[in-house]
Amino acid sequence: MSSVLSVSDLTVRFATPEGEVNAVNNVSLDVEAGECLGIVGESGSGKSQLFMAVMGLLAANGKVAGSVKFEGKEILDLKMKDLNKIRGSQMSMIFQDPMTSLTPHMKIGDQMTEVLQIHKGMGHRAASSRAVELLDLMRIPEAKKRLSQYPHEFSGGMRQRVMIAMALLCEPKLLIADEPSTALDVTVQAQILDLFAQLKKETGTAIVMITHDLGVVAGLCDRVNVMYAGRFVETGTVRDIFYDPQHPYARGLLGSMPRLDEAKGEHLSAIPGQPPNLQDLPPGCSFQARCKYRFEPCVEDPHPALEAIGGGRKKACHLKGLSRDGEVVR
Amino acid sequence: MTDTSIGTPGGKIAEIKGRSLWDDARRRLFANKAAVTAMILLGLLFIMAVVGPFLSPHTFEEQNYAYTSGAPTLSAPTQEGGTTFYLFGTDANGRDIFARTWIGARVSLAIGFVATAVSLVIGVIYGATSGFIGGRVDNIMMRIVDILYSIPHMFVFIILLVVFGRSGGILNLLMLFAVIGALEWLTMGRITRGQTLSVKEKEFIEAAHAAGVGRWTMIRRHIVPNILGPVVVYMTLTVPAVILIESFLSFLGLGVQEPLTSWGRLIAEGAQEMETAPWMLLFPVLFMAVTLFCFNFIGDGLRDALDPKDR
Amino acid sequence: MIWFALRRLMSAVPTLFIVIFASFMIMHAAPGGPFDGERQLPPEIEQNLLAKYDLDKPLLEQFYLYMEGIVTEFDFGPSFKREDFTVTELISQSWHVSARIGISALTIALLVGATLGCLAALNQNSWIDYFVMALAMTGITIPSFVIAPVLSLFFGVWLNLVPSAGWGGGAIPNMILPVFALSLGPLAVIARLTRGGMIEVLRSNFVRTARAKGLPEGLVIRRHALRAGLLPVVSYLGPAMAALMTGSLVIERIFGLPGLGRYFVDGALQRDYTLVLGVVILYSTLIITLNFIVDVMYGVLDPRVRASQ
Repeated sequence: MSSVLSVSDLTVRFATPEGEVNAVNNVSLDVEAGECLGIVGESGSGKSQLFMAVMGLLAANGKVAGSVKFEGKEILDLKMKDLNKIRGSQMSMIFQDPMTSLTPHMKIGDQMTEVLQIHKGMGHRAASSRAVELLDLMRIPEAKKRLSQYPHEFSGGMRQRVMIAMALLCEPKLLIADEPSTALDVTVQAQILDLFAQLKKETGTAIVMITHDLGVVAGLCDRVNVMYAGRFVETGTVRDIFYDPQHPYARGLLGSMPRLDEAKGEHLSAIPGQPPNLQDLPPGCSFQARCKYRFEPCVEDPHPALEAIGGGRKKACHLKGLSRDGEVVR
Repeated sequence: MTDTSIGTPGGKIAEIKGRSLWDDARRRLFANKAAVTAMILLGLLFIMAVVGPFLSPHTFEEQNYAYTSGAPTLSAPTQEGGTTFYLFGTDANGRDIFARTWIGARVSLAIGFVATAVSLVIGVIYGATSGFIGGRVDNIMMRIVDILYSIPHMFVFIILLVVFGRSGGILNLLMLFAVIGALEWLTMGRITRGQTLSVKEKEFIEAAHAAGVGRWTMIRRHIVPNILGPVVVYMTLTVPAVILIESFLSFLGLGVQEPLTSWGRLIAEGAQEMETAPWMLLFPVLFMAVTLFCFNFIGDGLRDALDPKDR
Repeated sequence: MIWFALRRLMSAVPTLFIVIFASFMIMHAAPGGPFDGERQLPPEIEQNLLAKYDLDKPLLEQFYLYMEGIVTEFDFGPSFKREDFTVTELISQSWHVSARIGISALTIALLVGATLGCLAALNQNSWIDYFVMALAMTGITIPSFVIAPVLSLFFGVWLNLVPSAGWGGGAIPNMILPVFALSLGPLAVIARLTRGGMIEVLRSNFVRTARAKGLPEGLVIRRHALRAGLLPVVSYLGPAMAALMTGSLVIERIFGLPGLGRYFVDGALQRDYTLVLGVVILYSTLIITLNFIVDVMYGVLDPRVRASQ
């Protein structure tokens, strides 16, 4: 099976007035055709910047190193002109804030058709009918009429549907969704997530779902990568990680999620402390300060590497084992 | 210039502990090299405006017909046959440009500060009242400001000075203070109103209100201290604006009248003689430009220091 | 959209009326009449003069007659100091000089200012950026009446490239220096506004979306960024116009141009009340009209403004 997207040893640094910040450290991942990969982490863990780098959308002060292959072709060192042939047509991205992600002074129709005109050379009429088709697919009522409206005439949920429709216009092989439902009301969130489930079933587009919400991942994704302070700390299938998280951080994330199937009165366990300052990471494991299983190597040895632990899973932790009821093997 | 900074991506969780707003602002201001240089230069200019005229052997009115339109020199003839010196040269009437430049600095800076103070008082009282009372009164008061805004101020200054002013002497100076100050308060009024409106919503004002504190006391005790930051920044930028207005009016012959002088008057006189006596133009222009640059740099620095959201 | 424009018009007209009324009243509140001063006129002659200029009527009636004259025949009354001319004649002789200089200066300020601002924003922290920012700071700080004589001395007298002063019937070489000196201030402000606006827009989410769609950078800037980035400049057009009118007062004097601004200053210095009043009314009308147009334009450019009003 060939990977749609294959990232290896990707590092993203930002030059700031206070010094360099390592937002992403030596991260590798593969996305297979048709699958849905979840990227989970707290805000500031570098999960968005990782995919900004993939899309060539880093801020001017961002530097990126490593390799990003799209369908086997290196795209990190592509000229902007060649990268533009891929992004928006074969690889699309949806952003967190639908309220500000559409150009306010352009009609929705024009913002959609320009994608088709640029990538497919379509005429205005053909592009418009394709746009209507996608808006219909996103269950936007009266799609035709809506083409001549401006973004401010749409609600937040509707704008996100437009964004998704726009991303799908050219039938991309890969869709990157950066917290697509976070900024929306709970009911609207559910509708948007339903759309993704439908997409996965009907289009066969590979999806990367960036989120801090494990619920989103559970409902939608096949595999999940847990990210902390710019590194993947655990990767595996959704099923494995949900039932048997091996990294203390992944475990903490799961523990802080309310569950319906557990007895009432059981405490939600939040992870104590704050995510570390990326400018000033401690030597050793970056999770050490918040980890209740910390022992000497966590402080003394370099950051643990992401290593296979069997069953297609990987983790970056000095602990040899961590059982469901909290027993550790050091 | 706040917008040259670069955005930091998500991921900065550094905590700055409870330093007060003003301590923080002072630290940032003194870290700004341009602003600090400007403050030092401006300080020197103030000192010279005070002591400068005494450093010359000539008063600013004294005429020397033996050395008219003379270049800067250390040995110039006097009318009595002796020699003397003119660091910045002399004008067409044989008056010392050095002494005149510093007298001009006094007048220009005085007008800058006094007119700004006038505008500050009017603007803050008007804006705070409007914002505090709110409702229909606020609407009408701001509508008046809108109307005053849409008139080109320079024309109003000119009309007012033509109709009421140009009497010469200290009365004329007072007229200038009042006229300029009375029209430059509009922006100050708007800023104060905006700040008042936002402060008004906060709990401590409600608490004071509940405790039965009177309106006027509330404006004075609670609102004014909170609007200080933006007002200070705007004041720093109003002073050079007023200096410019005064020099503009003086250039047209409507501002400061003989025998008193200001940078604007000196520049007007210098511009007429610039082909024969360029030093008459050079020195006043140089010091006025430095002053204006300094105020602008300090204003920008203060804005960055007090409102660092942009960096 | 039409409603939006009408509402704006509803507030522009009363503003204009208030401005004219206030100017008229200030002029007539001048201590002593216009004929006081240098020489003492015999009472009967003074009476005739007052009657001729309608000054013996009640103030409000004078105002009514004055307004009637302006609205029906564009008649601003006779000049107080130039006995043989009406204010309308003086204005019609000179307005085109000011208009040509002013419109040229505004055009240059807009084109050059916006271009420089864009270049600076697109090359942030490069030498272009620093150059533009330094130029803008200079243009904002140094007033036109300082720049104008220096330019005239340097290019006109020393280098002798262009005429240092004079109108020359509106010949292009005569216009170069005044237009340049007049445009520098607004140009600087426009460059700064454009730079700030563009930098903000280029960092905005919708520009990121446009880039993610794979549009060529040129198209991203032209179609998505430019319009939003230039909005601050549009709202500056009113103040820019006021700045140009104010600037023309000194520029026309320095370069000896027979324009409206010069008549205004001469009129002011000679206390020619009707002339001053006429010019003020003309300029206020222009500025308020322009502000109205700018408001409507803003509504066209930014659909959100229309919706929120």
